[in-house]
Amino acid sequence: MPLETRVYQKERTIKFGALLKASLGDMYASRFLARQLAERDIKAQYRQSYLGILWAFMTPLATAAVWIILNSSGTVRISDTGVPYPVYAFTGTLIWSIIVASINSPMQSTQAAKGILTKINFPKEALLLSGVYKLLFDSSVKILLLVLFVFFYGVGFHWSLLLFPVAMLGAIMFGTTVGLFLTPMGLLYKDIGKIITFGMQFLMYVTPVVYAIPETGVMKTIMTWNPITPIILTARDLVVGFQPAFLNYFLIVLIVCVPLLFLGLIIYRISIPIIVERLSA
Amino acid sequence: MSEDRSMVADKEVLVKVEGLSKKFCKDLKTSLWYGVKDLISGVRGSADDRELRPKEFWAVKDINFELRRGECLGLIGHNGAGKSTLLKILNGLINPDAGKVTIKGRVGALIELGAGFNPILSGRENIYNNGAILGFSRKEIDSKLEEIIAFAELEEFIDMPVQHYSSGMKVRLGFAVAAQMEPDVMIIDEVLAVGDMGFMLKCFKTIDTILPHTAIIFVSHSMPMVSRICSQIILLDTGNIVYKGDDVGKAIDLYYKKFIQNSSNVVFDDGTIELLDAKIVSDEHNDNIPLIRWDETLKFYLKFKRYNLENNLIFILVLFDKEQRPIAHLNHNDENSKIDLKKEIIEFFIEHKNLQLSKGFYSVDISVYKAKTREPYLKVKGAFLFQVSHEIEIFPSFLLATDFFDV
Repeated sequence: MPLETRVYQKERTIKFGALLKASLGDMYASRFLARQLAERDIKAQYRQSYLGILWAFMTPLATAAVWIILNSSGTVRISDTGVPYPVYAFTGTLIWSIIVASINSPMQSTQAAKGILTKINFPKEALLLSGVYKLLFDSSVKILLLVLFVFFYGVGFHWSLLLFPVAMLGAIMFGTTVGLFLTPMGLLYKDIGKIITFGMQFLMYVTPVVYAIPETGVMKTIMTWNPITPIILTARDLVVGFQPAFLNYFLIVLIVCVPLLFLGLIIYRISIPIIVERLSA
Repeated sequence: MSEDRSMVADKEVLVKVEGLSKKFCKDLKTSLWYGVKDLISGVRGSADDRELRPKEFWAVKDINFELRRGECLGLIGHNGAGKSTLLKILNGLINPDAGKVTIKGRVGALIELGAGFNPILSGRENIYNNGAILGFSRKEIDSKLEEIIAFAELEEFIDMPVQHYSSGMKVRLGFAVAAQMEPDVMIIDEVLAVGDMGFMLKCFKTIDTILPHTAIIFVSHSMPMVSRICSQIILLDTGNIVYKGDDVGKAIDLYYKKFIQNSSNVVFDDGTIELLDAKIVSDEHNDNIPLIRWDETLKFYLKFKRYNLENNLIFILVLFDKEQRPIAHLNHNDENSKIDLKKEIIEFFIEHKNLQLSKGFYSVDISVYKAKTREPYLKVKGAFLFQVSHEIEIFPSFLLATDFFDV
């Protein structure tokens, strides 16, 4: 039986095809590890808590609640959105929270595994996959709550609601791609994580999360071009049963994400040994 | 033994290291900045930058060795000699800055036991976590679960959260999982030092069973362990190889020589007696350390001064080996000893004939007691240091003379 041979050296030719194949191969091979890690984190998180799963809803619920109160008390006047405002605000904050979590996920998963990264050689792609598993778990719990909202506010059932998970997957893919590009630098410098948290707060106001795109003005241009806009709007339109107005842009964003995601995976694969060296040096 | 060696020599080379070097940076901010540069050049695939940049040093420099199946390589050296860095490169965690490592077959690393354990979860759940990280499939773990629990001797506590385990229990569980690996190349870093005697014996038994069909690289500060299992040895100092070969005893001697302190210190003194001089009588010296040939006479010269001391005294000398283990106690003086203890300056020799200590360095402590009550007056640590020479290099402290003859 021929033994698998590994060679470690500085001189190597970067073949993107081979690296991508190795990366995807490792990800497939490590799906049990990824599931095990995700299961471990989810179990541990909820075993030491009474409110448990409720915490997954807290941020989107709280943000939505603030805007619902601002709107209903007349503090902020929001143009008509065509659907009950609580449903509008909640779908927005919910999908927004999924995107933010996805952007943070690759970095957080890798950061949390720092201890074993410097000691054991295992397929690092498992960390990314376990991050995605955790996102899927959290997001599906959030969807249940969303369904409750939809029926409670009398929007009613639309067949397009069944397509909502597709939009959610799109959101996760977009977020993970962005997060993957930030991960190598983010592991070296803590600043990156802070910038993400800080920046996302502002970014929310140029995305139709809690209010619609204005009819005119500079905000209209920014919000129309913002690549997160089609994700939020398409997801929301699917929930309330409208014809998705930004469907084409949504599909373009997703199609562009695929090669970028692959590129991100290759960069991740190359950069992990370089980062491990700096973490343990 | 030599037959074994020639048999082993036929086996395939599993680990081949050629001109391996690795540099590190002394300063965190600079290190991070170099990290950014390396990221960019890494992605672009450039292969230059072989020189040291400011604030960098070689943590590992120009290492070469080969290891075959069935061999065990010991890596020794003081803290910061580059052992762990070398292991990290061999394990593929970090890339070398120069040179090449070729490893054939499955690599198993015992660098950290119980990686991936979550303290909240039970031992049983953590077997799956740890096993998954070590590369087992769910099926493999399922089939080995009972064996792992039995090996760890944790049948009773396996469903208890790991945070309530004692550190020994955690290590046992971690080792039990790792022991299920069937690697071609095994990397072991100082993990066996924890745990009690029974656990350590178990570890050795496991290593002994896997050794014949595995190439092992073993890092440890425990020389008894190194001499127990290694057939090859590399002594590292500041990233360079100082000794490489199969004379494990010699490398261990070189390693200990680094720690020899030629200084005595008084650890107890009540002011009634003072040590004026202490020497070993010897014709030969090696770096100012007296050299005694094996089976010859070890002769100490001692000179004390006493102050208002009426009592009879006894002098006890204790010999320590290089690991600071007391190994021998020289019989003390009694009423038949031909020394005059009445004088103010006491000066005498102590002789031990046919010294059968094995080759190596030894230090001697002196204690002076009141004869009957054994009340201490003076204790001096490391009063003497000497080296025993012999052509045979063995790890145990004594090489006892023998006669072999027909029945």
